[in-house]
Amino acid sequence: MKNPYIPYEVNILDAWYEVPGDRCIKTFKVSFADEKVWDSWSHLPGQCAMVGIPGVGESMFCISSSPTEQGYLRFSIMKAGKNTSALHELEAGDSFYIRGPLGNNFPLEEWKGKNIVTIGGGIGQAPLRPVIQWIRDHREDFGELEVIYGARTSQDHCFKDEFEELNSCGDACCHLSIDVEEEGWPHFVGFVPTLLMEVAPKPDNAIAVTCGPPIMIKFVLENLEKLGFTPDQVYTTLENRMKCGIGKCGRCNVGHLYVCKDGPVFSYAQLKEIPEAFA
Amino acid sequence: MAVKKLSKDKVADALKELSKFRLIAPAKSDEVVVFSEITDPEEVCLDYGNSTVPPKKVVFPQTETLFRFVVGNPELEEKNVEEEGTTVIFGLRPCDARAMAIVDKLFSWDYEDPYYLKRRQLTTVVGMACVEPPSMNCFCTSVGGSPFGKEGLDLLLTDMGDYFAVQALTEKGEKLQETLSSHLEEAPADDEKKVEEMEAASKGKIKRSIDTQGIPEKLPGLWDNELWKKVSASCLGCGICTFLCPTCHCFDIQDEVESGEGRRARMWDSCMFSEYTVHASGHNPRPTRRERTRNRISHKYSYYPKRFEVIACVGCGRCINLCPVNIDILDILSQVVDA
Repeated sequence: MKNPYIPYEVNILDAWYEVPGDRCIKTFKVSFADEKVWDSWSHLPGQCAMVGIPGVGESMFCISSSPTEQGYLRFSIMKAGKNTSALHELEAGDSFYIRGPLGNNFPLEEWKGKNIVTIGGGIGQAPLRPVIQWIRDHREDFGELEVIYGARTSQDHCFKDEFEELNSCGDACCHLSIDVEEEGWPHFVGFVPTLLMEVAPKPDNAIAVTCGPPIMIKFVLENLEKLGFTPDQVYTTLENRMKCGIGKCGRCNVGHLYVCKDGPVFSYAQLKEIPEAFA
Repeated sequence: MAVKKLSKDKVADALKELSKFRLIAPAKSDEVVVFSEITDPEEVCLDYGNSTVPPKKVVFPQTETLFRFVVGNPELEEKNVEEEGTTVIFGLRPCDARAMAIVDKLFSWDYEDPYYLKRRQLTTVVGMACVEPPSMNCFCTSVGGSPFGKEGLDLLLTDMGDYFAVQALTEKGEKLQETLSSHLEEAPADDEKKVEEMEAASKGKIKRSIDTQGIPEKLPGLWDNELWKKVSASCLGCGICTFLCPTCHCFDIQDEVESGEGRRARMWDSCMFSEYTVHASGHNPRPTRRERTRNRISHKYSYYPKRFEVIACVGCGRCINLCPVNIDILDILSQVVDA
């Protein structure tokens, strides 16, 4: 069996900034340095990987590409600490290391035939992107796809081009928002939970998936309940500080669940039972 | 399995025999007894209560290399645990052996931890029954153990006065008994019965206890209870309760680089430290000692049993004996029971 602590080297095929500024977000498109790794690699939307550079460290990130996008993996990473700052220095042609895939996935098999609504905020769109892409690549398996996404300003929006493309090709209905009025912004102004109430998706035969800052998630969950979604129709992802990523090092637990291994994907029904889930 | 007899005057020879392996046994270091690598059997101290530091470091070192690398070179050189060779831990207490059996569940759960499990495979564990409870704060019998417990052991020694009864408990234990055969004799026929009586007598001398029935189920419901503030008020956050705990297994992973050569290593960490859970954003889901104490107790007495069907505490009493501000896990648990 492979040693789960030994990472694979990946080469950066392409890298670009999604969001500029202090809390900039950079997307890396990578492929394994050893092509043979692809033979044993398989991941599903929602799964994560430990991403890092030997000598600097590792942190856990969701894989922001769907397995239906073949020949590469994507990671969209916000600059926040030592490791992410070092990663942001890297460009196409450089390499870093990953361990994975880690954690569980969104149960897309169970969601077949349902309408899906994704509700994202800021960098929280990164784990939702592979869900959207998966549905696009299995379009006939799912009902309507409603995409709700907001960030503080128009500059803070990730994956800008993709939303436009999504809308125009008819695969999904996208609803975008920014927190504060900006000149020329044609979409909603206000917080994501408010936009959710404006869009008011119907709960019948539907699944809602939400990722974003904790305060957004809190109000989105409340509003989904108001809209008639039951806790088992609602999914989210959790994050916590992690070291091993495989349920040994101890720190990422919420109650008896390890976010790294039992998560990051949880249904709201599961999390309602665990007081630490929203700590 | 067969019980043999090891005369006390042959112990030194037996230890010498065992020192062809990597031999770890209790030895005095300043005023405390610690499990140390033995080169001279004279160093071994078998007349001890329990070691201050549990022998968990033998299979789970305080710091260990995961892999080495040279900056700029993509090759990662995995640490080869096999090089450490066959190891015998001699003379540890049944609670500490049982702790290993409990922690085995975590390290073999789903993802197998190659470093820990390889070491476990290479290690034979020789226990020493507690004829007398080693500490006034022993409570192994409350959490499923016994001063003569066999779980996690390959071989159990019992002090019979002028000799040790040597009982092999596993295949590994039989093999080691075989290695020692030239130093062993047939044990008296009534030894087994005597050992049973001694076990009952020792259990009777354990002074502290807690009824754990219902605690794992009750703990999650006490999330917001006042008791956590009360029991953590005097905590200094020093982490000694976790470092000296034979079942605490939490670790950090850090990279070190010097002159272009580096390693990724893991090292013991403690859920009682403030930085343990702090996010890169600065947010800390367990911001005070109240949350951290609640997690320590809940992890041992609720989360671990929920996942692995065993309480992650063996009742060795170290966290009580050595807490600088006298925080007492049995006192916390009795408040849980009363809450």
